[in-house]
Amino acid sequence: MNPAYRPYHPKWHRDRMPIFWWLGQAAYVKFIVRELTSLAVGYAALLLLAEVWALDRGAAAHARFLRFLAAPPVVAFHVVVCAALLFHTVTWLNLAPKALVVRLGGKRLPDGAVVAGHYLLWLLASGVIVWWLRGGL
Amino acid sequence: MRRSREPFFWALFSSGGMIAALVLPALALWLWVARPLGWVAGPTGPEMAALLGPLLLRFCLFVVIALALFHWAHRFRYTLYDGLQLAHLYGLIASICYGGATLLTAAAAWLLWRLPHLPPLPPLR
Repeated sequence: MNPAYRPYHPKWHRDRMPIFWWLGQAAYVKFIVRELTSLAVGYAALLLLAEVWALDRGAAAHARFLRFLAAPPVVAFHVVVCAALLFHTVTWLNLAPKALVVRLGGKRLPDGAVVAGHYLLWLLASGVIVWWLRGGL
Repeated sequence: MRRSREPFFWALFSSGGMIAALVLPALALWLWVARPLGWVAGPTGPEMAALLGPLLLRFCLFVVIALALFHWAHRFRYTLYDGLQLAHLYGLIASICYGGATLLTAAAAWLLWRLPHLPPLPPLR
């Protein structure tokens, strides 16, 4: 619920929820982990921005940035970030048919087809990115 | 009653989530795991600058960064409300999340716009 609506809401009794209410049930933990992937998404944006910043500051700054990326603890952390980003991708694409109803010839396209289309799009986008990073674009 | 700004931020969250889902795993794996470990040769600094030479590509990177930031802002805001039961800090959390995303988006626009003023670059491999 949007907390902004609360002032206009009747105040009924609510039991206080503990902060870690979501521990203890696998489905709740999965929900919170899925929501927390936004941290990985924000961090990725920050790191992309950091590389542009380093480029702007010159060759020495960018070399420092690459040395930072190569430090073993940083690589280990980025493996975790990648896992979170993949979790975001999988959970996001799997929800696509809930948000997008495609009708073809008056009939609704089955959920599986919508999901498959999105995974195909992911594959395509990843291919374009690899092509770009190898100097193709 | 004032019209809600929620649909605007939700649209940014939603498009950011889609773009992040499609492009971030490949970018992250290549740039932050494969490149530091030496599995792939580049892009090095000059190569990266060359890759970001065309204005269109710089604009694409800007869109990815900006939408990813607003995706974070919106989703993390609700994670704090629901996960940590911080709904009473509504205004503060919203300002920090959207304000931070706005500032960083402005920084991305400025930096990506500045890039052409770099010295000429050696050719790609």
